[in-house]
Amino acid sequence: MVQQEHTKEGGEKPRPSFPLISSFLFLLPFIIFVVAFLILPTISIFISAFQDSAGKFTLQNIKDLFTPYIMGAYLLSIRVSLFTAIIGAFIGFMLAYASTFGNLPSWVKSYLNTFSGVASNFAGVPLAFAFISTLGRVGLITTLIQQIFHISIYDFGFNLYSFWGLCLTYIYFQIPLMVLLMTPALEGMKKEWREGAENLGATNIQYWFHIGLPILLPTILANTVLLFGNAFGAYATAYALTGGFLNLVPIIIGAEIRGDILHNVGLGYALALGMIVIMGVTILSYNYLQSKTARWLK
Amino acid sequence: MKKSRFWGWFWIFIGALYFLLPLFSTFLFSLKMKKGVLSFAAYQSVLKDPQFYKTFTFSLEMSVLTIIFGLLIIVPTAFFVHLRLKHLRPVIEFITQLPFVVPPIVLVFGLIRLYSKPPIQLTTTPLLLVMGYVVLALPYIYRSVDNGLMAMDVERLTEAAESLGAGWTTILIKVILPNLKSALISGTFLTFAIVIGELTMASMLAWPAFGPYMALLGQNRAYEPAALAIMSFALTWAAMGIIQWVGRTSFVKQEQIGGIH
Repeated sequence: MVQQEHTKEGGEKPRPSFPLISSFLFLLPFIIFVVAFLILPTISIFISAFQDSAGKFTLQNIKDLFTPYIMGAYLLSIRVSLFTAIIGAFIGFMLAYASTFGNLPSWVKSYLNTFSGVASNFAGVPLAFAFISTLGRVGLITTLIQQIFHISIYDFGFNLYSFWGLCLTYIYFQIPLMVLLMTPALEGMKKEWREGAENLGATNIQYWFHIGLPILLPTILANTVLLFGNAFGAYATAYALTGGFLNLVPIIIGAEIRGDILHNVGLGYALALGMIVIMGVTILSYNYLQSKTARWLK
Repeated sequence: MKKSRFWGWFWIFIGALYFLLPLFSTFLFSLKMKKGVLSFAAYQSVLKDPQFYKTFTFSLEMSVLTIIFGLLIIVPTAFFVHLRLKHLRPVIEFITQLPFVVPPIVLVFGLIRLYSKPPIQLTTTPLLLVMGYVVLALPYIYRSVDNGLMAMDVERLTEAAESLGAGWTTILIKVILPNLKSALISGTFLTFAIVIGELTMASMLAWPAFGPYMALLGQNRAYEPAALAIMSFALTWAAMGIIQWVGRTSFVKQEQIGGIH
């Protein structure tokens, strides 16, 4: 491509040896790619959400979102995401904390981190299968409880293919994600802070409540927000687990694309737009919260 | 200060239980295909299915293409941003984070709308699927490459190569790439792990990939899906193990986060 002559300029700071224009030329493949396959599709969803089937401007699709069925789907998606984010964040934090400050042998930490890397990627269809083998109608735990207590958890209202089952399954990928996100932050806590607090007579609990947690709180919140987004956008796990019976927003959009239900493409775009808005708010608050602790942990 | 280890072990135990119980159940379930005995019959049944090879090969090809396209697009970009356009780094980083904002199911909706009819009809070629995958992998590949570039002195290396008369292609291929080896390997395996079992894009664009095959098998069979889940877990384990191993043997600190759920 562009072969440039290098102009040497003594001991000064290296200056661009070729005009700015040609360096943008190098970015061109990236820019074209991002515009064609990320920006334009997103913009097209924005536009379509405000168009009727004839292509005329309308707010009807947005209004249609406020029907009980669609609102129910958003509510269920938000509930699942919020619940699994909070539980996942809590257990994940405790695990990261235990491996960093729990006085445990060092192999625990390295195993935990390796496993978290694997488990956070072990999601989608196989994860659904794993939970069907565990808590499905003939799953290991289900039959075990049946043999020991002679009761079926399904008679007691538990159902893997419902809200609680979905939550249990999602938490499986939420915990390791939190471990991966939290461990570096916990490692970044400076020893001097604790020593200082101890020299002033603080107990472990006082140290955590007055120093540790206030410093970490924005990071914890930021990571919980990220976990929320992680669950909110999930399609494969939910689809493979429930076969599309639960009315989650991604599932309804999927059904819309396949042409199974709805028969209202405009509403599909409005649903997708709603997802982008919620995810956008999620990531913005993540970045905002993350920046609040960045200065402490550097 | 003396601290009790009890709570540390307690949480590790809870975590281990949550992580390992489903895996153990799945493994046990996968062995129960023949009544009364534990056998690998479900695995044999999976491995005998020609669809298994067909769909797996397809997804493998897609992941190779995704890795090639992804690296071709991202490596030169990241390199030039580090070298000359440092002020653009936050912008590029922001762009590479966008796939987190647009979930796969939404992205594929937009892609189908844009490219399913003339003038640009791409839904009939696997190219659109590959491009979708590159978008999904974008944050992960970019982060790996960016970390790799951070760990070396791009400016000085480039200057040295330039003053020895190297052109830009030579610099990229002979100087930058070898130094990026571990970052590239980790990006590659991460992409592989993302693409190989991906369901959303492949099923919406109606390609015979491994993800949709697994989902279909899950609807029709009982024991084979468990066997597939174990195999898939082993595969993820291998991919992540290689990343960890590469990360440990080099001075590049790798971080990788999450996948496609």
